[in-house]
Amino acid sequence: MDLLSDLFLDYTLRTVALGSAALGVVSGALGAFAVLRRQALLGDAMSHAALPGVALAFLVTGSRAPLVLMIGAALTGWLAAAAIVYIVRASRIRTDTAMALMLSVFFGAGLVVLTFIQRQPAAGKAGLDKFLFGQAAAMLESDVITMASVGAVGLLGVLVLWKEFKLLSFDPDFAATLGMPTRRLDMLLTSLLVIAIVVGLKTVGVVLMSAMVVAPGAAARQWTNRLGVMVTLSALFGAAAGVLGALLSTTAETSTGPTIVLVATGLVVVSLLFAPARGLVWTRMHAWRSQRILALEAVMSDLAALAAQHSSDATRPHDVAALHAVRGRALVDRALGELAADGLARRHDGGGWSLTPRGLAEADRLARMRRTPDNDL
Amino acid sequence: MTSAQVDVLLVAVVVAAACAIPGTFLVLRRMAMMSDAISHTVLLGIVLAFFIVADLNSPILILGAALVGLLTVVLVEALSRTGLVREDTAIGLVFPALFSIAVILISSLAGNVHLDSDAVLLGEIAFAPFNRFAPFGVDLGPIALWVMGAILLLNLAGTALFFKELKLATFDPALAAALGFSPALIHYGLMAVVSVTAVGAFDAVGSILVVALMIGPPAAAYLLTDRLPRMLGLSVVIGAASAVGGYWLARLLDANIAGSMATAVGIAFILVLLLAPQRGLVATARRHRHQRWTFARQMLLIHLATHEGTPSEADESRPDHMQRHMRWPPDFSDRVIQTATDHGLIVLKNNQLHLTPQGRTEARAAAVR
Repeated sequence: MDLLSDLFLDYTLRTVALGSAALGVVSGALGAFAVLRRQALLGDAMSHAALPGVALAFLVTGSRAPLVLMIGAALTGWLAAAAIVYIVRASRIRTDTAMALMLSVFFGAGLVVLTFIQRQPAAGKAGLDKFLFGQAAAMLESDVITMASVGAVGLLGVLVLWKEFKLLSFDPDFAATLGMPTRRLDMLLTSLLVIAIVVGLKTVGVVLMSAMVVAPGAAARQWTNRLGVMVTLSALFGAAAGVLGALLSTTAETSTGPTIVLVATGLVVVSLLFAPARGLVWTRMHAWRSQRILALEAVMSDLAALAAQHSSDATRPHDVAALHAVRGRALVDRALGELAADGLARRHDGGGWSLTPRGLAEADRLARMRRTPDNDL
Repeated sequence: MTSAQVDVLLVAVVVAAACAIPGTFLVLRRMAMMSDAISHTVLLGIVLAFFIVADLNSPILILGAALVGLLTVVLVEALSRTGLVREDTAIGLVFPALFSIAVILISSLAGNVHLDSDAVLLGEIAFAPFNRFAPFGVDLGPIALWVMGAILLLNLAGTALFFKELKLATFDPALAAALGFSPALIHYGLMAVVSVTAVGAFDAVGSILVVALMIGPPAAAYLLTDRLPRMLGLSVVIGAASAVGGYWLARLLDANIAGSMATAVGIAFILVLLLAPQRGLVATARRHRHQRWTFARQMLLIHLATHEGTPSEADESRPDHMQRHMRWPPDFSDRVIQTATDHGLIVLKNNQLHLTPQGRTEARAAAVR
């Protein structure tokens, strides 16, 4: 509760929480498209490639204003994305190789520029090396305003071109046949991804920013099949991870970027496990239930077949040793127990089993259903 | 050159060669981004192993790193096998998570050890000569040189020993499986080699340069040859050259050595991309240009041959007719006619173009083809 009241009273905490929320919303919403378009790793390449941009912007302007650094980061990040697209189109180098190459070369160039900055007298690299892993505590109100404004531009872009981006993400070929300028739209959506990345550079850092683009989208994808819901959820997950992570890192004094990323990863794990319909727990339970029902029906039809061989007395007890041998003891015994509980089968004094009249009727119904499946539809 | 400079150069060349070998297979198997993932996550292996042995120079650290490298691969595959996320997303989720754990663990050690995440990412090869391998007081050179030399030998031996299997599993995994070579075993073996190489190298050059040296030289070599052994050799040479070039670039600019080497890898790649004899952009552009002119000349010859001796010949063989008929721009048309004349394929008489015997032969040959 202390944390909660601090959140509204303490200037630093409030700034951190607001900034992280803005960052999470923007990277979550725009990252959802990256996840759908298989650009998860492009985000990684672009966030690494932002380093020389940040360093150059500082070197050229001498300013540490967030907007200046963001523009620099966006320029080189965008340049790396364009280079990757160009190399893949112009040569036989494939996307994965082009991404890994541009990522490392741009980052290396960034290191070179950073050494120039370190050599400048009095300039001090403080604030710039934080771009590697991020530092939420250093966030100022002006940073938050800049992040929110830049992010708003990105979100507005998505809203305006919603229909086009939707089609581009799911069926680019169809979009092309409709006469949409797919290449330009593709470049535009990639540029918006750059915005998502640069917004979080100062808080999360270049190394881990890609996770903030991927994780909320991957988590949101598990809960829905509708794009609108997915983007909204992704923004919410991003904001939750941002705020929780930033506050945790401030109180536990860990690096902000890694903490936010771990919270976001936690959201992904929860979604993968528990999301209805897609989640692993849900699908496992569903599979388990179907298996159980199939086992019940199989044992019932076995007993009905045995009964049919002795038409004189359908409820005569039968030895289930044969069933054990064919279907496995554990499965048969469990199924028999459940059938008995439902009043569909019963155990006779000698240890033999038979279906009850109700069980016989049910087995008959199932058999007819299986023979003429269409009637059941 | 001082002996320290020689040491740095030696380490750099050995690192480059050791990285280029597994890198070649990563590039061919479309798994280049795994080098990025593994070179980040091995940090977790180092940290965890350090918690156990409490010694930064223990070989257990390399073992731990290799295990976590493999863990990365296993997690990525398990995640994409659920069908809930695609493989690229799985990579993008797993490695930041493992790397984050490592960074947080390191910061919890704060200051107690010389192990910080910046150093791991950026590396500092300039310090390599100061860490000497001196058993019984005999100075045998920098430790990094011995470690990377051993890893290079391991990579060379592994590639030579399993060359056939690697080649088959890389180019035709289905056939490899059908013939009884386990592609999975080769896959994990390669990933283990990548992990060991990454951890050995990043102490010297940092994890990002590991990615540059693993992927850049093989990518350039891929543009130069279609043969696997030659690609391996070229990768090693390009990697070593980039490392040396990067070192001098760093000296020239007085800048970070690892960063300069990565930049040099980028420059080497761009040079190859532009100038490769067959697949380079310059060669391709020249070939296209040449084909355009040859095609245009053949069209002219075929056109003249078609109308030769027909009533419409007088009209069809006027030089200014070509622009309209072929839809050529005027100056392009003039140049085609000019070069054809220079080659002795046509002659201009009474404002009409006539085929020479040589031109007639060429027109027939082109039309048949």
